[in-house]
Amino acid sequence: MSTSSWPGFLAIELDGAGWVGADIARAVLAAESAGFHAATFTDAPAPGRANALQRAAFAGPVSRTIALVPEVDTVYTEPFHISTQLASLDYVSGGRAGWIVTAAESPEAAAAVGRSSATGAALGQEAAASIEVSRRLWDSWEDDAVIRDVATGRYIDVDKLHYVDFETPAGFAGAGYSVKGPSIIPRPLQGQLPVLAVASLIGDGLVPADAVDAVLVSAPTAELLAAEVRDVRARLGASVAVVAELDVVLDSLGQAAASRRESFDGGRAAYAGTAAGLTDFLADLLKEADGVRLHPASLFVDLEELGRLVLPELRRRGALRPVVQDGAFRDLLGLPRPVSRYASATASAGK
Amino acid sequence: MTQHTHAKSEVFKPSGQIQFGVFFQGVNSGTIWKAPESGSQTDFESFRRIAQTAERGLFAAFFLGEGLRLREHLGRPHALDVAGRPDAQTMLAALASVTKNIGLVATQNTTYNDPADLAHRLASLDLISGGRAAWNIVTTDNAWTGANFRRGGYLDHADRYKHAEAFVETAKRIWDSWETADGPARRVLHEGQHYTVDVTPRLPRSAQYRPVLFQAGDSPEGRNFAARQADVIFSAHPKFDDAVEFRKDLVERSLAAGRGANAVQIMPASEFILAATAEEAAEKKEWVRSLQIGPQQAVAYLEQFWGRELSAYDPDGPLPEIDPVVEETSETRGSGFHGAKARQLADQWRAEAKDKGLSIRQFVTSKTARIDSTFTGSYTAVADQLAEYARVGAVDGFNISPWLIPTGLDDIVNHLVPELQERGVYPTEYRGSTLRENLGLETPVRSADEAAEAVRA
Repeated sequence: MSTSSWPGFLAIELDGAGWVGADIARAVLAAESAGFHAATFTDAPAPGRANALQRAAFAGPVSRTIALVPEVDTVYTEPFHISTQLASLDYVSGGRAGWIVTAAESPEAAAAVGRSSATGAALGQEAAASIEVSRRLWDSWEDDAVIRDVATGRYIDVDKLHYVDFETPAGFAGAGYSVKGPSIIPRPLQGQLPVLAVASLIGDGLVPADAVDAVLVSAPTAELLAAEVRDVRARLGASVAVVAELDVVLDSLGQAAASRRESFDGGRAAYAGTAAGLTDFLADLLKEADGVRLHPASLFVDLEELGRLVLPELRRRGALRPVVQDGAFRDLLGLPRPVSRYASATASAGK
Repeated sequence: MTQHTHAKSEVFKPSGQIQFGVFFQGVNSGTIWKAPESGSQTDFESFRRIAQTAERGLFAAFFLGEGLRLREHLGRPHALDVAGRPDAQTMLAALASVTKNIGLVATQNTTYNDPADLAHRLASLDLISGGRAAWNIVTTDNAWTGANFRRGGYLDHADRYKHAEAFVETAKRIWDSWETADGPARRVLHEGQHYTVDVTPRLPRSAQYRPVLFQAGDSPEGRNFAARQADVIFSAHPKFDDAVEFRKDLVERSLAAGRGANAVQIMPASEFILAATAEEAAEKKEWVRSLQIGPQQAVAYLEQFWGRELSAYDPDGPLPEIDPVVEETSETRGSGFHGAKARQLADQWRAEAKDKGLSIRQFVTSKTARIDSTFTGSYTAVADQLAEYARVGAVDGFNISPWLIPTGLDDIVNHLVPELQERGVYPTEYRGSTLRENLGLETPVRSADEAAEAVRA
């Protein structure tokens, strides 16, 4: 990823599509035909919100170009299961999967699984450990581990499978654990799924910057967003893509944006107004950020306006990267497909 | 959901019908990978092809297993059989978008999952699929599997059903927790020996009320568990007399558990090798068996029990005269197998093979092939055979493991299903859109007691 971010990409959060399969498909296809590069699926606990990873999986076979990026918590979940689930999402989407790492800071989430609540630096440590487990497990089958060699009767070349032997580091704030491996599923289509996290999870003693491929950056107001993007980029360096977070509510069907604004959750930069104004704002922002994630106030209402008025104009101005049919999410982020970290050890592997 | 009481039948009444499920196994020696037509075990297209073929054949359910740790052989990953499979619920959620009626059954264990999390994910799958989800409940307890999970191996083998039952009861309360389709949810509390749960569930009941429950335990404890909790038992008793006996046993246990005689359905695991004529089917069976158990697999099978490498032995020769390594039990050498028994078992097998004049390969094929669960024959003969199962109500259906991916159901759907339909023992359309409707299961009743329990507990 170079610091030159122009042209950029646009992601959209699809919360609000509900749990009915047909509605999830309608939202994803609307986002895809509008020209969005990625769809994200929040998993923050809320009444009526179905599991994000499954919503993304449902969308896999019915879409062709859009990256599917669910949030998955790392504090109260099993790292081994998460790794398998995300790798599976990559298979059902043809290599269009990504992962927004979250670290639930919630006494309710802790109580649901009977664990004590993690806070502060412990959250970053849980996230870092879980990311490391997934990344190792995704590499634990080398790309050509399935050989189907009839002559020797071997389906797998065992030398190309690897125990990951993960252990939480000394001083780990939560209950320490280990994961043996190898993965239960072959290497994901992309090799490694792109990993995203909010910028506040990244830092010393938290998630190392090189553990993620992109960070999500917020600011209190839209005016402050570009400066925040610059600050984060300066802090994390050029190897991490920076994605700006923006709430959006557009004038629609004669209804002024301001009248629909109350649905914002606050704390995030917001744009309310005309499509033309948003187009200008995004064109400028995409000169600083690699991508922008939009959080529409009302999914289907704003999605229609975005697809009709905003994205075509941004594309005309050359502000957006092309969308590629059956392209990998890594390609969109400019990430090459990595070789398994265990591949060089093949000669003495599997021991 | 209206509250009403279903009449509980004291006497088992055969439905006169059978249904099919398909089990895409992913890890086993039964799936042939050596044939030119053997497809991918991981590409989505293989799963789509099997699920859509099954749906064309009006199958009730599509099953997936759960992987917790890769099988090992003599301390390294097992190399000879198909392995490497996707997460069940992720794959089933994807298949929900390309199918309409078929049930989606996820095998999930009660040891390395948290009840609130698993219940939420199953509820999600149930809602996303429009009421087609099911949970095949399994118990796992060994430390070898636990090495991939936060808590490691924490559960004693003896406690596994007790633990599983508390888990399932908690899950049911989570699925029962919403007062109406719009909420609010009742808080669910459980304080158990191995975990506590305190959760306000996020999702309402689905079009089929809650996921259908499958269970496969075969011990007396496992059968009682199924009789109390399950909707369908995925049995290991497909042979006719055995199936009839199993039905009788399960009906007694269901009545003892306070449920109706027809409350728990039975779908044994099975394999079908079919052709236009009996002769062709017999030939096909030879071919299938030779590819399922190749020379290397035959030797490796013995190595599991001998605990040592036997590659110097000719697969077409007699069983090894060398004795097994006697050691403490190793979970990777086969469940229930203990080192002290190894010598005794080896003596027994050598004698048996010698008596019958069997080579290593022939002997292993006789031990591992689904002798009891394979239906081999012409389409018409096997249809006649299955019609008899339906007539007496020996089973409610068969859960079929295809030996070829992704074309392994084609024969069954194209030829066997029409024969069964002609005999009036197989559905001619899906009864409804939910799995519960298609299996003909009663809708659970949300009793005032259960609701109160959710609060009190």
